[in-house]
Amino acid sequence: MERIPVLLIGKTLLVTMQSDLHDKVALALQEELAERIIKTEAKGVVIDISALEIVDSFIGRLLANTAEISSLLGARTVVVGMQPAIAITLVELGLGLQGIQTALDVDRGIALLAKGNEQGWGHGRSKLDDLDAIRRFK
Amino acid sequence: MRTESRLSTVLAQGGDPLLEEWLRLLIAGTGARKALIVESKLREQCREFLAALTAIFSNSENAAHLEFRGAIGERARDVLTQVSRERGALGFTPSETALFVFSLKSPVLARLRAHSEKAVDSQVLFDDIVAFNDLLDRLGLFTTEIFQRSREEVILRQQQEMLELSTPVVKLWDGILALPLIGTLDSARTQVVMESLLQEIVATGSDIAILDITGVQTVDTLVAQHLMKTVQAARLMGAECIVSGIRPQIAQTIVHLGVDLGTITTKATLADAFRLALRHRGCAIGALPALATPV
Repeated sequence: MERIPVLLIGKTLLVTMQSDLHDKVALALQEELAERIIKTEAKGVVIDISALEIVDSFIGRLLANTAEISSLLGARTVVVGMQPAIAITLVELGLGLQGIQTALDVDRGIALLAKGNEQGWGHGRSKLDDLDAIRRFK
Repeated sequence: MRTESRLSTVLAQGGDPLLEEWLRLLIAGTGARKALIVESKLREQCREFLAALTAIFSNSENAAHLEFRGAIGERARDVLTQVSRERGALGFTPSETALFVFSLKSPVLARLRAHSEKAVDSQVLFDDIVAFNDLLDRLGLFTTEIFQRSREEVILRQQQEMLELSTPVVKLWDGILALPLIGTLDSARTQVVMESLLQEIVATGSDIAILDITGVQTVDTLVAQHLMKTVQAARLMGAECIVSGIRPQIAQTIVHLGVDLGTITTKATLADAFRLALRHRGCAIGALPALATPV
């Protein structure tokens, strides 16, 4: 079965999703990611979905769950590179992914994680605070 | 003598005097828009239409029900389509457009009577008149249909143009986009707005987008919901939206409607929103310190 590579960069795991994501592959990824976080003691996860062109409610839910699992394991998750069509679909599906942090590209995603981990993650942080964090890191 | 051939004989014998009489009636009936008519062109169209009518009369199989829908009436339909579209574009009323057909009735009927005086069969004459009237009525309705269709095409095109014109995404600064919204926000327009904004965010790699609703006349729950969706979608992509230009009445409406815009950053004016956005980009705008020497 094809699998999605999970790369470790410093204390961050980078996952790049492929164009067509089957439900089984996505579930396997969720499991593997959880194991890798424990094994590598990663403090952050960047999920790059810029190659993803189609998303359904299942994958949307899965992204939200993955983020929640990761943060339970002590790693922040940032979803980066979401395409406009996917963003619109998710919003129309009612999946706002409120708990997830997002960034425009991998670069900014890593910057966000680095700065956030340094400052500590407070509750009620707004998106604008995140943008500040990215800018200061750069 | 068959009916259709008698009608076509009348038309053929009518020749130029018939054409001139019809033209005179046409121009007289046009009223205020007389100046817009080019007589030579109109004469050409009339001549073409008379020829097309003659073809219908001499080729119809059923004398009592003259048909213009099929291949026989193609020429007539072409002329009428051309005339209707022209008049529609020039701002004629539907009645003035249908007049093109209806004003032909009286000269032709007068000639038909003169022609039939020798035949003196009132029944045949009556049948002729009914068949002719019936055909012209349907042709008149046809012009009105075409007229309306051409108008609808104009409306549709304008709607499309408005949709495209009304959604410019402006780059204010490195990483700051602005989207001045104008007019009424319905579902179709919001969809276009949302898509063009998100595309632009990707294309320019901008973090912050300012949605300025100064030009939006009314905000109801639907519009508010559309705004929320746009902001949510932008957030999913990693950008943040600031909503600006909320007028006092609109602020009141939003509160009265019980719409919760709590998670969205809002500002009263575009200037305020821009200042906030700049601050988050690590920039600021201020007065220059007084220059030491005059330039």
